[in-house]
Amino acid sequence: MWDYSEKVKEHFFQPRNAGVLEGANGVGDVGSISCGDALRLMLKVEPETDIILDAHFQTFGCGSAIASSSALTEMIKGKTLDEALKVSNQDIADYLDGLPPEKMHCSVMGREALQAAVANYRGEVWSDDHEEGALVCKCFAIDAVLIEDTIRANNLSSVQDVTNYTKAGGGCSSCHEGIEEILVKVMTERGESFKPGTPAKEEAKPAGMTNLQRIRKIETVLDAIRPQLKRDGGDIELVDVEGKTIYVNMKGACAGCQMEALTLQGIQQKLMEELKEFIKIVPTKAGALSRATCHP
Amino acid sequence: MEGIYFDNNATTRVDEAVVEAMLPYFTEQFGNPSSMHSFGNKVGLAIKKARMQVQELLGAEHDSEIIFTSCGTESDSTALISALKAQPERKEIITTTVEHPAILTLCTHLEKEGYKVHLLKVDGKGRLDLDEYKKLLTDQVAVVSVMWANNETGTFFPVVEMAELANAAGAMFHTDAVQAVGKVPLNLKDTKIDMLSVSGHKLHAPKGIGVLYLKRGTRFRPLLRGGHQERGRRAGTENSTSIVGLGKAAEMALEAMAYENTEVARLRDKLEAGILAKVPRSFVTGDPTNRLPNTSNIAFEFIEGEAILLLLNKFGIAASSGSACTSGSLEPSHVMRAMGIPYTAAHGTVRFSLSRYSTEAEVDRVIAVVPEIIAQLRKLSPYWEGDAPKAEPEKAFAPTYA
Repeated sequence: MWDYSEKVKEHFFQPRNAGVLEGANGVGDVGSISCGDALRLMLKVEPETDIILDAHFQTFGCGSAIASSSALTEMIKGKTLDEALKVSNQDIADYLDGLPPEKMHCSVMGREALQAAVANYRGEVWSDDHEEGALVCKCFAIDAVLIEDTIRANNLSSVQDVTNYTKAGGGCSSCHEGIEEILVKVMTERGESFKPGTPAKEEAKPAGMTNLQRIRKIETVLDAIRPQLKRDGGDIELVDVEGKTIYVNMKGACAGCQMEALTLQGIQQKLMEELKEFIKIVPTKAGALSRATCHP
Repeated sequence: MEGIYFDNNATTRVDEAVVEAMLPYFTEQFGNPSSMHSFGNKVGLAIKKARMQVQELLGAEHDSEIIFTSCGTESDSTALISALKAQPERKEIITTTVEHPAILTLCTHLEKEGYKVHLLKVDGKGRLDLDEYKKLLTDQVAVVSVMWANNETGTFFPVVEMAELANAAGAMFHTDAVQAVGKVPLNLKDTKIDMLSVSGHKLHAPKGIGVLYLKRGTRFRPLLRGGHQERGRRAGTENSTSIVGLGKAAEMALEAMAYENTEVARLRDKLEAGILAKVPRSFVTGDPTNRLPNTSNIAFEFIEGEAILLLLNKFGIAASSGSACTSGSLEPSHVMRAMGIPYTAAHGTVRFSLSRYSTEAEVDRVIAVVPEIIAQLRKLSPYWEGDAPKAEPEKAFAPTYA
């Protein structure tokens, strides 16, 4: 059984804005019936202001697809089209207090339906270049297509390379056999043979970033997240950076919160996107100690 | 736990009499059956009894044909790998497209190691084409592995007949019978089946215990080597508690065999007819005239199975689905796809599997609840309008691939 958050369950059991929207002037149909998820998003946009007056959905899909659709309609109502387009799939997942890695594609589908509906309203043609493969790395929700494309584009030849470029395999490491299989396939195509133990390519560090710049960048990302945490009565503090490990202190309500692991996962994701490298975020002992006192 | 458990093909509850039979072997009778002292001796005798109980359920000729393993998957792997190792000159395997992953994933792996795997196709009702099978049976085939009953639809394969054909061609025959054992009367001594896999937890014994039936005289190479347990064919200290439990469960399954095939079948038929009568655009998958007595697999068109299961769960009803989403994969059940069930229905398949503990009241309750759930989800479906699918549903809603 999936570990769905209460918010996901609530939006699934009582979906908001479900059904046909009469007088819709922007409609986006996306999804793939073969993988069992498809969504029609209907918008009623006020032409003078570009404000989304109403949004409805119809979804063929699982619990999280229906919940993501419902959440999306709630999030974009009252926004202008340009504001609405800033809603990312991660925002949809965050709104639902997170989705299991296998289900992140449901939030991606929501985001794409939004793009498609806006394009439809504006009379543009929306084309989608995103192809989805079988999920390989469950820790970071990386699929086979992305791994294969990345190996091909960057001439990668080791599992470590793949982890550096895509994050896949950087967590529990149980998908390394799967990553090796993709490496074998792509390397055979380019006439090489896969050798386990091949050293990784030179560290895929962002070009020219000094340690200081890197730490500043990390601070910027944390600063951007901070208001969200503060809203829930918590905070985060950067303690140290050691290579690819970033030590933080979870403070206030965040420390020992049941959602802490999920929050950290989200922050790690944002940091990796910004730094363009694989990093690991570790809550420090101080945080762990305060947790111990909170929950004896 | 309160609730209606109609997911007995996934696993079953351990019968209380089975638990009772097991309990002394955790504490008083904890000895190692290999030991010389009386602590071990009594356990050895209990295992002997369990072996005979399983022998009787399977209709095996000798009790030494029963090898206790840790699960159905171990039995499957042992059988196939043994057949290949024992006949190195034969490099081919025949199996079906609708096997359990315990066989299919293993075969995919064996293919990478250089073996040739033939997958027999099924028709719209999940039936095999025996002519296709006969053509593939050459002197290159080491082993044929065909399930006795399909776990999703319950459909039977003609394994007794197929074993005869394999035997005539000099190939070994294995059947994954984890769904059939305990529900179908077996008499293996009168068949040409060389190997058969059993899983304890499918017949009210605990999880973590299985059996490989190995017909006397079948050439064999163990998967696990080590001690002399199971006559050197499966090393490792016996899981004596669970073996005792499986023995008791086998005895009880034999006693309940008639009930399974009359009363459980009647309840299943009532459930199925009740749902089909009330839910438009729903149909039974597999071959309803030739299947397990406890299984009904129903496709509900234009909605998705995980959503159905979540709503059923809200009403305390447990079932399972062939949708992609329930497994986290990108494709719906390979069994549904092999039968050519369209995507719009394959994702909406729900399997109800009953047991001898299922009651009439439970069946009535499910019949009452399911139509509401289906209607509720169809209201959300872009393929649906009012109380019927849209005209030409797949044209009315044809999303771009994302």
